[in-house]
Amino acid sequence: MIRKLLRSLRESKTATIKAPVYISLEVVMECVIPLIMARLIDRGINAGSMPMILKMGLLLFLCSLASLAFGVLSGKNAATASAGFARNLRKDMFDHVQDFSFGNIDKYSTGGLVTRLTTDVSHVQNAFQMIIRTAVRAPFMLIFSLVAAFGIDARLSFIFVAFVPVLVIGLAIIVKKAHGLFTQMFKRVDRLNTVVQENLRGIRVVKAFVREDDEERKFRDASKSIFDLNSAAEKILAFNMPLMQFCVYGCMILISWLGAKAVVACGGDAALGLSTGGLTSLFTYTTQILSSLMMLSMIFVMVVISRAAAERIVEVLDEKSDITSPENAVMQVRDGSVAFEDVVFRYNSTAERPVLNHINLRFESGQTIGILGGTGSSKSSLVQLIPRLYDVTGGCVKVGGVDVREYDLTALRDAVAFVLQKNVLFSGTIKENLRWGNEHATDEEMIHACQLAQADGFIQSFPDKYDTHIEQGGSNVSGGQKQRLCIARALLKKPKVLILDDSTSAVDTATDALIRRAFREEIPNVTKIIIAQRVASVMDADQIVVLEGGEVNAVGTHDELMRTSSIYREVYESQMKGGEDE
Amino acid sequence: MRGHGPRGPHGDGRKVKDMKGTVRRLMSYVAKYRLRLILVMLCIVGNSVASVMSSSFIRTLIDDHIMPLLGVENPAFGGLAIALARMACIYLVGMMCGFVYNRIMVTVSQGVLKTVRDEMFAHMQTLPIRYFDTHSYGEVMSYYTNDTETLRMLISQALPSVFSTVVSMISVFVAMISQSVWLTMFVLLFTVLIVFVTGRVSAQSGKFFMRQQQSIASVNGYIEEMINGQKVVKVFNHEAKTVEEFDRRNEELCQNATSANQFANIMGPINNNLGHIMYVLLAIFGAILSLFAVPNLSLSGFGGTVTLGMIASFLTLSRSFVMPISQVSQQLASVIMALAGAERIFTLMDEPSEQDDGYVTLVNAVRLPDGSVTETEQHTGLWAWKHPHQDGSLTYTELKGDIQLTEVDFGYVPEKTVLHDVSIYAHPGEKIAFVGATGAGKTTITNLINRFYDIADGKIRYDGININKIKKADLRRSLGIVLQDVNLFTGTVMENLRYGNLSATDEECIAAARLAGADSFIRMLPDGYNTVLSGDGSGLSQGQRQLISIARAAVADPPVMILDEATSSIDTRTEAIVQRGMDALMKGRTVFVIAHRLSTVRNSDAIMVLDQGRIIERGNHETLLAQKGTYYRLYTGAFELE
Repeated sequence: MIRKLLRSLRESKTATIKAPVYISLEVVMECVIPLIMARLIDRGINAGSMPMILKMGLLLFLCSLASLAFGVLSGKNAATASAGFARNLRKDMFDHVQDFSFGNIDKYSTGGLVTRLTTDVSHVQNAFQMIIRTAVRAPFMLIFSLVAAFGIDARLSFIFVAFVPVLVIGLAIIVKKAHGLFTQMFKRVDRLNTVVQENLRGIRVVKAFVREDDEERKFRDASKSIFDLNSAAEKILAFNMPLMQFCVYGCMILISWLGAKAVVACGGDAALGLSTGGLTSLFTYTTQILSSLMMLSMIFVMVVISRAAAERIVEVLDEKSDITSPENAVMQVRDGSVAFEDVVFRYNSTAERPVLNHINLRFESGQTIGILGGTGSSKSSLVQLIPRLYDVTGGCVKVGGVDVREYDLTALRDAVAFVLQKNVLFSGTIKENLRWGNEHATDEEMIHACQLAQADGFIQSFPDKYDTHIEQGGSNVSGGQKQRLCIARALLKKPKVLILDDSTSAVDTATDALIRRAFREEIPNVTKIIIAQRVASVMDADQIVVLEGGEVNAVGTHDELMRTSSIYREVYESQMKGGEDE
Repeated sequence: MRGHGPRGPHGDGRKVKDMKGTVRRLMSYVAKYRLRLILVMLCIVGNSVASVMSSSFIRTLIDDHIMPLLGVENPAFGGLAIALARMACIYLVGMMCGFVYNRIMVTVSQGVLKTVRDEMFAHMQTLPIRYFDTHSYGEVMSYYTNDTETLRMLISQALPSVFSTVVSMISVFVAMISQSVWLTMFVLLFTVLIVFVTGRVSAQSGKFFMRQQQSIASVNGYIEEMINGQKVVKVFNHEAKTVEEFDRRNEELCQNATSANQFANIMGPINNNLGHIMYVLLAIFGAILSLFAVPNLSLSGFGGTVTLGMIASFLTLSRSFVMPISQVSQQLASVIMALAGAERIFTLMDEPSEQDDGYVTLVNAVRLPDGSVTETEQHTGLWAWKHPHQDGSLTYTELKGDIQLTEVDFGYVPEKTVLHDVSIYAHPGEKIAFVGATGAGKTTITNLINRFYDIADGKIRYDGININKIKKADLRRSLGIVLQDVNLFTGTVMENLRYGNLSATDEECIAAARLAGADSFIRMLPDGYNTVLSGDGSGLSQGQRQLISIARAAVADPPVMILDEATSSIDTRTEAIVQRGMDALMKGRTVFVIAHRLSTVRNSDAIMVLDQGRIIERGNHETLLAQKGTYYRLYTGAFELE
């Protein structure tokens, strides 16, 4: 998992390496400085020698400057490295999501992907910075301080050796206990977020059903369990400080006792044994040794907290797109003919019943095809196979006489325009949205496409016309307007096959008819596949396919189906009855 | 209506506008733990004193227990043993104090957070729909995630560290001044310099942290929009373009994050090394004082000279004096961010709640022999409005579902009236339909009946009672509503069905689902009615969701129903099957129907044709067709509905 993440380092690698190098230099300085301080006291102050004080002072001053320089450099590099790492992680995930097939996208919820790209990356970024700043510092500091302490007085320094296991074992117990609680807590945080999110989206339902109190209860439950787990986890972490202090103070007292004896025994002469300056330095090293162990324990805690986040990121990075362009892909789509040859399709390989079962259909280039069928009859699933949004489970789908799996994906999808049922406009002007269809479209082309989609009329009625700003999700245009904009956007691709998946449901019948007439007259060579609930929308199609439970129930023209298909007749009559009453 | 308001991503800025007010308000939450906080402060004092004494002890050790023994034959260490024992006790107390205050702070900080979260959510439930129209989900979500997180950091880390800094600086100061005023003054002078430098650096850092927050909001917003439209991106081969814009925003975030963290990271080294330099200068200064035997000034007055032990311990003390400054300065950026977050949270809490002056309530009723109704404890299926009067008397009015709108005017914003002079009379059990173009005001009318919004002028009466007098909760409980956009909640299908009526039995829920035509597909789900829906029922088709939504309203069993494009995604054939259930559902209820398909509204008792907020035609299907007006043209497809 770590290797996978580190692959996203790239240009941040230099900074990632530089930071610990500078840090180790800084640590060297930090360890040298107490040594000089000891000498300053021993040979300068104790000896009452002003020149020595000045000499050591100057040395100390220079070391401080060097330490400052290294510290600044390491800090800068650590920041550059971690921010760059986070940027690359976000980019890699975002890029990878762009390669996802519809199947991959279905697997993750939008909210889940957004969290992974944002909060989870921040967690990893913080942990990463912490690690490169302290992972080197702490062990370095530990070793240097130990060496220095042994240098001053080896016998006394064994006190540290006695206390280190106490600290290490204590910390290990704390980290282990806290980890379980933290992982549980993260799940509760997810739950809390879900409650808020659903409440926000469904606020009208909540208010209409007067369920505010229950929503509050739901929230309070989630909130309470976060409180409980978080408190429990942090209460365990609260043992950190006393444990640390126990070790520091314990060392201090032992060193004081044994140290005082040692100093007295040798008469305070550093050459013979321990001096008072050396004793002072030992105290400094005590703090440094134990605090470096403390830092290590903090790293463990950070790793524990960010591990869940890292796992979720890797999950996205590891997701294999199940639809990719083949090698030696066909780059040209010859014409708009579409053929389904014994197609079987399941969304999920474990699903018992196939969504589509033994479909055989043939649409000629330039034909208008209508597809009818009840809720759940797999109309959308059928057409989604054409631009290879999903892959067939059995059989094959051909466009222009070639299996869709042999095409380059971009070439195929450029030739097949799809107006999705759940369509989305993006924040930006109408023009910007239309340009999704064709980046280089001229104003005339855009207006023409909008005229075909019967959208020009209402666009012209806006004060800013084609420069009207569309809000996120297209919330400031009506459902019917949105659908027509989406059709125009698809038309700008100049496709060979145009698929409308229930894309005129919010458009009134008259306009719907105008759109179909425009299609017939203006783009006669494009194969038009129209899924609709209104019989009127497909009545004049060259072929009408009636789907029922994932199988083709009937195919034919309106007149043929009126004779042969009971389902078609039933639908027709249920919709047309009113008109005949008059 | 949704989304017409300003939708600035994540608020207008990340600056703290009213620092003092925000801090005071935040403190009022912390103040609930007053007693514990006093204990915490005492413990912090204890802990700091112990660590200060630990640094002072070096002087005692060297001056009192080592130096006098140097060169002495058979030195006696009894005094040292006693001193050490005393120190051990002090350390023990210090440790206990540290432990206690850390534990208490956990409870305090988590408790405050929980209170803030709970209050925020509870308050959010009382906000009018208007608030949700004008604030994006992402924005509100970030109050619960980012902003509470910054608060947690503030309360659990910054607050105690600021306090312990103050305490330890004071105790170190006392320890220093009791040894030597001259040396103390020297340290103070240098501290001013350090504070000045740190202040400059942390101001820079804070500025970039604010910018980082803005970039995060921008990147999050973009990710949210694009991932939502990911399928469209794919269908249009738009991946490269999308990545391009993402890279731009991502890069900007990276720049700001780098700058912010750089400044934060270099703060430590700067502070530390300024401390070292002070150490050197202090040593020289102390040595000069000592060498020239300058009379020392301490708290106990003039006396003696600066001793060697004094300098050694002073050097340690000086570091303890400066160290906390760097700790606090590193917290500064997070304090500013937390205050900005707290302010946003408080802004939400200060949003005015939905006004509810209603005093008429809905009660279970029984019919008296004389035909009138009165209140009862049991559920009878009969409901009455309980109407208390000023003279203390009570009257009961049977809930029938008679709704009258008289000359109603309304606008979402005062400047723009969207409904003009609308009058509607819905008698109990009638089906009233609204047709008209999007934006004609169909949904708006239904939003006024359940008081999601309040009318500007005119009157709405429910069973003869002005709806402003009815408690909102009771008013809404008497109205069932099925919306075009179905919202389901995480939980089983059964729980979702029961949403409108918690006391409904499983059998009642299943009966309702059967009525709505949802039973058959629910049974096909992996666990039938116990299938857990998540992600807003993402596994279901729009049509299936609408069927569940209809069943949910049926379970609630309200006398008045509003169906707003409730069957728009159900194909006509299924609708025909559902129709029978729907007819059964609507029977005996007053129903308001908004539908695109005229086949859905045809059998209504009255059809209102709306155009730009005015009722332009009204009547039943036949009379309207006979008028050969807009309805006729709509029906015959000669007129555009949009």
